[in-house]
Amino acid sequence: MPEVPTGELPPERSRAGRRNPTGTAAVRLRDATLSFGARTLWSGLDLDIAPGEFLAVLGPNGSGKTSLLRVLLGQQELDRGSAEIAGRPVKRGSTRIGYVPQQKAFDPGLPVRGRDLVGFGLDGHKWGLPLGGKNRRRTIDEALASVNASSYGDVPIGLLSGGEQQRLRIAQALITNPAVLLCDEPLLSLDIAHQRSVSELIDARRKASNAAVVFVTHEINPILDKVDRVLYLVDGQFRVGPPAEVMTSDVLTELYGTRIDVIHVGGRIVVVGAEDHGHHPTDVSHT
Amino acid sequence: MTGYLAAAADPTGIGSFINFDNFSRLVPLVVGSIVAAAILGLLAGVIGPMIQARDLTFAVHGIAELSFAGAAAGLLIGVDVGIGSIAGSVIAALILGILGVRAKDRNSSIGVVLAFGLGLGVLFLALYKGRSSNKFGLLVGQIVAVESAKIWLLAGVAVLVLGSLAVLWRPLLFASVDTEVAIARGVPTRLLSPIFMLLLGLSVAMAVQIVGALLVLSLLITPTAAAMRVTASPLKVTILSVVFAVASAVGGILLSLGPGLPISPYVTTLSFLIYLVCRVVGSARGRAGWSARSVPA
Repeated sequence: MPEVPTGELPPERSRAGRRNPTGTAAVRLRDATLSFGARTLWSGLDLDIAPGEFLAVLGPNGSGKTSLLRVLLGQQELDRGSAEIAGRPVKRGSTRIGYVPQQKAFDPGLPVRGRDLVGFGLDGHKWGLPLGGKNRRRTIDEALASVNASSYGDVPIGLLSGGEQQRLRIAQALITNPAVLLCDEPLLSLDIAHQRSVSELIDARRKASNAAVVFVTHEINPILDKVDRVLYLVDGQFRVGPPAEVMTSDVLTELYGTRIDVIHVGGRIVVVGAEDHGHHPTDVSHT
Repeated sequence: MTGYLAAAADPTGIGSFINFDNFSRLVPLVVGSIVAAAILGLLAGVIGPMIQARDLTFAVHGIAELSFAGAAAGLLIGVDVGIGSIAGSVIAALILGILGVRAKDRNSSIGVVLAFGLGLGVLFLALYKGRSSNKFGLLVGQIVAVESAKIWLLAGVAVLVLGSLAVLWRPLLFASVDTEVAIARGVPTRLLSPIFMLLLGLSVAMAVQIVGALLVLSLLITPTAAAMRVTASPLKVTILSVVFAVASAVGGILLSLGPGLPISPYVTTLSFLIYLVCRVVGSARGRAGWSARSVPA
């Protein structure tokens, strides 16, 4: 990929740079551009995410949040520009990425326990019969303990609550010790208490493992106090910066091209006006 | 055989269903069938948990009906029944693989294939002028001694299917249970799906020839369903489902010898009884174990 002189980097990236002055960025996007047909999701996206940094990706449906994750997972080619994970071009199936999807329902009778779900993250992609023995078991036990899930490691996943499942998913995603944790709406369909405990767990684990977190969400409040920076995508436009700089009436009004009010209520951010725009009934092109 | 005589004298007496007249004399005559049943039990027991993980119970039924149609066609045109049955199964498996990727689409396409297959099979059997016991056997199984050629075919298919499953097992289970993360990990889910359908088609074709098209579920579904009631460990489910399937198939043959009745009612009853016991054991365990746990997330 073409090297871009660091002098061209906008100021908001210098903070991340300082946190890890010698290390490689966990995620590096240069001039990243993606469009479907005539519609540009985003173009000219330059972004360095430092190891251990927590980046929230926000924006209305169809703004390309999930497509960004697909690019980082190597499932979606960029139209222009480059994407790297820990200094190497993105590739499909990389163990340097941990992926945490939305919570989903499992059949209660499914013969898969918590530890099996976590084990998938370790060697589920490998051919042949599992021959890990004690080492494999110990690695999985440690992963379960790291998310306080030891007590339900042997329970079928279909009998676990949404919050318990998401804790296992975090253990599953982190078991390869990845450089980046990609989270796609991991709090969706969880109640408030579980939203808090799962987001606190993600925060604690990224600090312990120094993995960067890319957290796609439509709701920033559960993670507001953990987020270092926000990437806000709207109709091909984007802004990157700390929440206090991006989540303002002026910035969002400019991004959306319509009047947006950002209101602070009891430590929460309420964005008024974006909902109508973002969840327009005709906008079904959720990516 | 005295079994037949007893049944004729008193068709409702217990002796007409359960007796061991001339048992030691009859067993050597059906050694081939017992070996075939054991191989089939092993095959069904191993592939069963994956059928559950991929939610393909109804597909197994659909494939079995087309396998029956293929076998009936084989009978009619004079080629081997086994070859016809395999051809029918594989075609059905591939059609289902192509028609329905998502579970929701799949169920309706299975219904379509199932009904058509059954109709075709009945047509072929109606046109067939040979022995009628052959016809009935394809639907509900047959006691006739399995000839060695068929055992070799069964053994060959079992080696192929079990060998493939040994290689594919982990990615296949990962892709079945946790598709999105499996894709993110680079598991070729689109490739695995038709490969598994092919392996399933071959297994169903083998089962159709022993227990018949209508009763395939008793070996491919019931033993795993029973095992899933008592354990959630993928390894233990597989081991138990093999034990249950082999016990049902071999036990079914042995029990059918004395009365001289078809093996199917014995196989299905045995696997059903095992399922009932496992349900009772499982619900007792569920009350005492998993559901009593109270752990905040």
